[in-house]
Amino acid sequence: MSDIVKIITGVGVTKRFGGMTAVNNVDFELRRGEILGLIGPNGAGKTTLFNCISAFYRADEGIITYNGNQINRMSPDKICRLGIARTFQAAKNFPDMSVRENVRMGALFGQVGITYDEADRLTDEIMEFAGLDKYAHLNVPDMPLALQKRLEVARALATKPGVLMIDEVMAGLNPTEVGEAMELVGKIRASGVAILMIEHVMKAIMAICDRIIVLHHGELIAEGAPDHVANDPQVIEVYLGEEA
Amino acid sequence: MTVFLLVLINGCIVGSTYALMAMGMSTQYGVARILNIAHGEFIVLAAVVTYALQQSGLGLHPLFALVLACPIVFAISYILHITLYRRLRRLSPNLGVFEGNAILVSFGIYYIAQNLLQTYMGAAPKRYPFMMTSVNIGGAGISAAGLFVMLIAIVICVLYTIFLSRTRLGKSIRAASQDSQAAAHLGVKINSIMALCFAIGGILAACAGVLMSMREQFQSTSGLGYTTIAIIIVVLGGLGSVKGAILGGFILGIVGYTVSHFIDSVFMISVFYMIILVLLIVRPKGLLGR
Amino acid sequence: MGLRLLKDAFWGAAPSRIQSAIIAAAIVVMAFIPGVADTYTPLFLSWIMTYCVLSISWSFFSGKAGYISLATASFYGIGMYLQAILGRQLPLWTTMILAAVMAFAVGLIIGVVTLRLRGIYFTIFTFGLSLFLNRFMNWYEGAFTRTKGRMVKPYDNDTVFYALLVVFAITLIAVIILNRSRFGLSLKCIGQNEDSAQHLGVRTTMTKVLAFAITAAPVGAVGAVMSTKIGYIDPNTAFGLNTSFFPVLMAIFGGMSSTYGPIIGAVVFYALQDYLLRVTNWHMIIFGAVMVVVIMLLPNGVFGVVDTILRKRRSAGGGAEASHQP
Repeated sequence: MSDIVKIITGVGVTKRFGGMTAVNNVDFELRRGEILGLIGPNGAGKTTLFNCISAFYRADEGIITYNGNQINRMSPDKICRLGIARTFQAAKNFPDMSVRENVRMGALFGQVGITYDEADRLTDEIMEFAGLDKYAHLNVPDMPLALQKRLEVARALATKPGVLMIDEVMAGLNPTEVGEAMELVGKIRASGVAILMIEHVMKAIMAICDRIIVLHHGELIAEGAPDHVANDPQVIEVYLGEEA
Repeated sequence: MTVFLLVLINGCIVGSTYALMAMGMSTQYGVARILNIAHGEFIVLAAVVTYALQQSGLGLHPLFALVLACPIVFAISYILHITLYRRLRRLSPNLGVFEGNAILVSFGIYYIAQNLLQTYMGAAPKRYPFMMTSVNIGGAGISAAGLFVMLIAIVICVLYTIFLSRTRLGKSIRAASQDSQAAAHLGVKINSIMALCFAIGGILAACAGVLMSMREQFQSTSGLGYTTIAIIIVVLGGLGSVKGAILGGFILGIVGYTVSHFIDSVFMISVFYMIILVLLIVRPKGLLGR
Repeated sequence: MGLRLLKDAFWGAAPSRIQSAIIAAAIVVMAFIPGVADTYTPLFLSWIMTYCVLSISWSFFSGKAGYISLATASFYGIGMYLQAILGRQLPLWTTMILAAVMAFAVGLIIGVVTLRLRGIYFTIFTFGLSLFLNRFMNWYEGAFTRTKGRMVKPYDNDTVFYALLVVFAITLIAVIILNRSRFGLSLKCIGQNEDSAQHLGVRTTMTKVLAFAITAAPVGAVGAVMSTKIGYIDPNTAFGLNTSFFPVLMAIFGGMSSTYGPIIGAVVFYALQDYLLRVTNWHMIIFGAVMVVVIMLLPNGVFGVVDTILRKRRSAGGGAEASHQP
């Protein structure tokens, strides 16, 4: 057990909105080099948990650490510079900048002390890595959804993160595009970045995740390898219940 | 004790008209997301209508001016919304940009309205005689006109709150102010509700103008002052909260009267500004804001 | 190390040589104008430069970051009062610097309080600030100095012209450099999508506050200079609302996406205002109408329209052009 390195850990993470508890006392960990899937029905609190880690929200209770340091009192920009990058469910690109400029912003601001030249080099590298170099000068709002989402990932990647958090990057894509997105996620993991991903496309998440955690009504109900989670009676009930 | 009573009652009198002004602005912002800088000009317009009716020698009670002023302001506001703001909203990429642009457009309208008023009524202050007696309450001499104004203003506030909570239209307005997208799903015709709310805000401005003219003088340039006070109250009470506007109106009425009674009335706005500056640090959502 | 970081934040790629040459030439040419033109021209140009500084400053912060500031009149008025109070004892360049510092300090305070919040609050508070200062000075003058306004020691047109030329040149060059720097880019990111910007590591609050305060400084300085031309100031002239609105209008008209848009807007609008004032009493009504029309029809300004057309053409040109670019 001792050779497992935990990069992010959360203990008792709780977030309330008024009277509603969106995330309730959740414990989790993200290990080095893994892809951790975060699933659950709509309104289960997945994105809220994401937001607590990236400090978009401040968790009401609990402790979140990154490489052993507590991060849930820090600002989002500081967390990003520390090495946790994220994407948003609805792609939040910079509409008045070119694709390349979008990625360059990640490179320029994501790390402390990077020079303009280094940032430019990193930008080109990431553009190629994410397969965006062909589209460098496209107008962002005119791009198809799959490319917008890919840009969102590329921009986060340009901040040179240790952990990348991806929020529903495959939703709304056609099967070919899902395949391409899965390939990209695999490449990112291979480059040494640990990944935490929210996803509704079950086929994708079962295929590429090392482990999966399941949220329901803000609580953690299952955790483990994909096939273990898929056979968990409680998980099956939750998902069947949603369909019924 | 007498001074305390004097300040309290007069403060409430001032506050009751403030509440009306702010309620109108709050309704406009809450649903249509327009912070209407020309709000004060509609207040002045209603006051001018009242003044003109009084000068006409028909011998009508000034309250009768409501019948004339409300439809006029309603119509102007409604037309402004469907011709300008609706289009502006369609053009703006997101709500934040729309809110910014809407303020600027309303400033343009303010310039136009203010100068038209000035051309029509000149720069001299206007006042007509109305209930010139005073009533003795616990030793404090309170103007009868003031008490009458407060009574009517409170009645309007109560009626409007009932309208919002009891009627079908009022409920859709509240739904729309909470979440316009959710309301659209519920079948609220969001475009017409927005135009209607903007116009209802205008009606409340007209009521404030008619009542205000009964107890104090006004001039063509008074509008911006009313707008400023309304904005401050709306921020104080919580952007878009109608109850907050009423509460904030009375609070600022009392504070404002205290300041002008003991220090100087020009200092009033400065004190208001300090209050919301402090509030912003302590409780950015306003007193009753969500 | 600290110095390097500082340089890195504020100094981006230098402007191209052609651009630098054109700007330098324009400034040198302008420096010779008082020698050859009549006495009216320098004053006319002084006003144009004043509005240029106001609208360039406004669009650097508000145009980029998307927070509409209506505080221009406050900083301008602070400069005017500083000049009125200290102008008799101190030379003009000292009061200009003091005015800039003072405006910067006030901008910093207001920024710290209001820019933590997003959305419309900032606009409301900056709008309130000039009214606050107006009423406060009214009260102060009435209660303590028992006057309405103050006389300002006059300077001749040429001195005023050169003082403004200096401020104008510094502002323009600073904005051109800052636009390409990390600082300017982070403002741009904030304006495009603040959440995204923050999650990419942009120190959003600090950037906003600093940018707001920095752009207040030149406004304070021109306020100090122009007060000497007006000669007599009171709270209403110093903190007049128009001073807050004209730069917004000029920047929107000219277009904020380009450095030169606000300048074009300032020149056109000042000329228009100058003309309307002479021919009609309805100039404010016309102005209001122009304001509405500009915002309704030119959301990106005159420059924005050109820019959009160019970009459309570039996208339509397709991958061929895109692919051979580095």
